Amino acid sequence: MQEHARTRIPANHVQPVRERWIRRSLLIATGISAGAILFIFVLLVYFCLPLVNSGGMSSVLSWQWKPFGGEFGILPMCAGSLFLSVFALGLAFPAAIGICGFATVLAPRSVARSTLVMVHFMTSIPTVIYGFASVFLLVPLVRDWFSTGTGFSFLTAGLSLSLLILPTIVLVFHARLQQIDPALRLAAEAMGLTPVRQFLHVLVPAASKGLVVAAILGFGRAIGDTLISLMLAGNAPRIPDSLFDSIRTLTAHIALVLATDSQSMSYRSVFASGLILFLLMGAVNFLIRRLDRGPGENRYENGH
Amino acid sequence: MSIQKRRVDVVVILTICFFFGLMQGIAFCGALDGFAGLEGTIAIAGGTAHIPVMNDAAKNIMTVNPGIRITVEGGGSGVGVQKVGEGLADIGNTGRALSEQEIAKYGLKSFAFALDGVAAAVHPENPVGDLSPQQVRDIFAGSITNWKAVGGKDAPVHLFCRDEASGTREVFWEKLLKKGPVAATANIVASNGAMKVAISQDKNAIGYVGIGHVDQSLKALKLEGIAATQENAMNGSYPVVRKLYMNTKGEPSKLVRTFIDYVMSPECTDIIKKYGYIPLK
Repeated sequence: MQEHARTRIPANHVQPVRERWIRRSLLIATGISAGAILFIFVLLVYFCLPLVNSGGMSSVLSWQWKPFGGEFGILPMCAGSLFLSVFALGLAFPAAIGICGFATVLAPRSVARSTLVMVHFMTSIPTVIYGFASVFLLVPLVRDWFSTGTGFSFLTAGLSLSLLILPTIVLVFHARLQQIDPALRLAAEAMGLTPVRQFLHVLVPAASKGLVVAAILGFGRAIGDTLISLMLAGNAPRIPDSLFDSIRTLTAHIALVLATDSQSMSYRSVFASGLILFLLMGAVNFLIRRLDRGPGENRYENGH
Repeated sequence: MSIQKRRVDVVVILTICFFFGLMQGIAFCGALDGFAGLEGTIAIAGGTAHIPVMNDAAKNIMTVNPGIRITVEGGGSGVGVQKVGEGLADIGNTGRALSEQEIAKYGLKSFAFALDGVAAAVHPENPVGDLSPQQVRDIFAGSITNWKAVGGKDAPVHLFCRDEASGTREVFWEKLLKKGPVAATANIVASNGAMKVAISQDKNAIGYVGIGHVDQSLKALKLEGIAATQENAMNGSYPVVRKLYMNTKGEPSKLVRTFIDYVMSPECTDIIKKYGYIPLK
């Protein structure tokens, strides 16, 4: 007993020091990341200043992008980014819920596990692979099946993008489902609900906040992606008339214009695009935090 | 026993390799005399069309004189100007002449060393093979939207253009489209390679690539009977050509100057021709 106590005292003595170090290094890491983000924001605003001062901002916030005709509107790209992300989310979200339902209540354990392993694997496929494969497989298909347009279109990019954000949504929502108190499901089972009804009427409502967070994360990933839209959407800077039209997103726009003459107006407009993208992503993140802290929704989850 | 024998073999092979290497070095020395006794580093960045030529020149120089390190990066013409202007590179390559603002801001000096042609290109199965410059202009402006109007089959024209930063786009737009309008519906691709992929996959596509990139996967259009070949670009009958430039900030250092002289020397013409460009001298 005494022996035991004696060995314990130094351990207790060491712990706070180590803890202090951990806390300190974590604080430094947080500070650096927060500082970097703040710095990026300040830099973007700083680079946008000449645009505001020279009165170019109104030219940038217009609907025509004709850099060689003196028009530098980036609104079509903002619209392109928004439309494309909403479309991709609209495809991926129901599919993701379906996969979660399948893996949670319907599938035998081994099948459910292999499904989730596959979804995990999907997250590790680099974006450029999706883009590359789609250029050679999906683009000709879209062109030949619908026989309108070039195949480089809103639809092609939207389909590939939904594949890209699907695993994000599945994994976030599935993690939330796992946190639900098992007693809830047992109760539902005892009341004679079929697995599908359990999922739809008990599990999904109980994890409804997870649903929103998953959707917003997926949306953020979609709007931030560059390569898919750059390689597949066609990059015509205009509002599309149909699903088969070529569009350009903000991210692809930045990638395309960044290498131009650094003294030109096109180049300066890139910083306005960057700022808009930054604010958009910031708003999405803010939304997630707000929803994540919302009161009263955690009552069925473990540990609350 | 056998291990020993193998070791002897290896020694023999290494010796032969060494002598061949030495001979090669001697053979090159004629063209690369200027680099004798020099050492240091040259950082090159910018235009992507220049990269293969720069790489081969750098390889030859570094083989003869290991004291010189040459790094070659891409990024595009705009990046080339920025890097050399800010002092991040010794040579900034551009596939276009510098703008007046660029020269004024950084005090850059340009050295043109090669000519590159740009060809309008279609899918190899497209029956259209010869257009007038006006027809090409109308197609890219979006006023001709069906191949039937220029003697092809009844199918919509699929337009492909290059990004704003592309030197290929600039020369095509200035020399062939005469700075005319380009349809807003045109798809934009980000490199000569991506253009080739897009055209070779789409039977109704039209776009443009550097002549050096033309191969059997696409068909270069004739302009009123004049084929887009290096020969025609050189004798001036094919008009859609641009110069490839190396740029330095002010007067180049001795080492950089020697490199530029080497690229512009008769010894480098084979390298330039090998990649589909036309040496200027």
